[in-house]
Amino acid sequence: MIEFSNYDIIRNLIFAAQWTVLLSLVAFIGGTLVALALTALRLTRNSILQKLVAVYIELFQGTPLLMQMFLCFFGVSLLGYEISAWSAAILALTLFTSAFLVEIWRGCIDTLPKGQWEASRCLGMSFLQILRHIILPQALRVAIAPTVGFSVQVVKGTALASVIGFVELTKAGTMLNNATFEPFKVFAMVAVIYFLLCYPLSLSSKILEKKFNVSR
Amino acid sequence: MLYFGDLLPYSDVFFGGLITTVELTVLTTFLGIALGTLCAVLRQYGGATPRRIVASYVELIRNTPFIVQLFFIFFGLPAIGVMLTPWQASVIALTINLGAYSTEIIRAGLGSIPKGQVEAAKVLGMTFRQTLTRVIFVPAFEKIYPALTSQCIIVMLGSAVISQISVEELTYAANLVQSRNFRAFESYLVTALLYLGLAMMMRYVFKLIGKRLFSFRESS
Repeated sequence: MIEFSNYDIIRNLIFAAQWTVLLSLVAFIGGTLVALALTALRLTRNSILQKLVAVYIELFQGTPLLMQMFLCFFGVSLLGYEISAWSAAILALTLFTSAFLVEIWRGCIDTLPKGQWEASRCLGMSFLQILRHIILPQALRVAIAPTVGFSVQVVKGTALASVIGFVELTKAGTMLNNATFEPFKVFAMVAVIYFLLCYPLSLSSKILEKKFNVSR
Repeated sequence: MLYFGDLLPYSDVFFGGLITTVELTVLTTFLGIALGTLCAVLRQYGGATPRRIVASYVELIRNTPFIVQLFFIFFGLPAIGVMLTPWQASVIALTINLGAYSTEIIRAGLGSIPKGQVEAAKVLGMTFRQTLTRVIFVPAFEKIYPALTSQCIIVMLGSAVISQISVEELTYAANLVQSRNFRAFESYLVTALLYLGLAMMMRYVFKLIGKRLFSFRESS
């Protein structure tokens, strides 16, 4: 049997944590892009589109992320395509992230007084001009803190990719546990690494919130 | 391509899983909110040490994934002599998780109560406990009730992970069924919809309870 020293465990966990970071980054960027598109759809005054976005949000916020992972994993293969756990996890996390970000950003855009939209329209600005010059600069300031805060959920969400067999931090933890039979130590280390990844994000979200609240 | 007929013979498996998920959710919602309330009061009105302890607890839980917390409790604790059944481990993990999130939420509610009200209660000779239960709690909870509702639903959805330590809840049922009839997509789709239904129902039930709890506004 191979002996695992503490150093070996930590080294392996940190190696796996790189995949957690990568998965989080890709999912967060993907989620942001999808959420931007959905926010644009929501801002058009088409009630059917708005309703579709609302259904999308309800579907992804009302079902467990784990189910979404399973559905992406098995659903795509049902269509006849081979899908790796990595791609399924990215797909599921992207959809999940976008559903929450759209809702967060909606709140941010809605905090702006309606009069601003009306005033800009009276000044003869086009829809895109209003967005570009009036709405986005203000909404972005409000949105940045909760968005950074939500990125913590994305990092934690990647832990579920372990269930469909993608080897990231949590999966590496269970594998190391099976090899070393030291669950207390291994899972404590896993938790610490997640904490080290997430806490700076939480903290910066809090700082950003304070900073932008003062300036308003 | 999709065929749901193979799921019918397993409807009682799904139903059993659903019941377990509901039981877990009801139990841990109560326990979690109770823990959250206690911690929020400590965090808001306690001394420096309890405050710091609660703050670390909240940050620790909020910055680690639920599945790792669950594994730590179920696999890790027995190594130091704390043996738990899967059911006990899940109840503890869910309660601790909801407790941490609801602490933050409830604390925001407590913080929204004007200081003058607390002082007024003190001047009227009310004890701290009386002030809490008769002056602070109702308006504080009313303010954060929607956020608390959402958090309870999020924890319910998170409970899907518990299938990983073989508690026979809804996701476990889905895993079982798909391993028998190989209809993975169908069984997970049905399960996802069941969760969606549960989430909607929870929101509805919370609304009803909220109406009753905070009905004093209309009557007075």
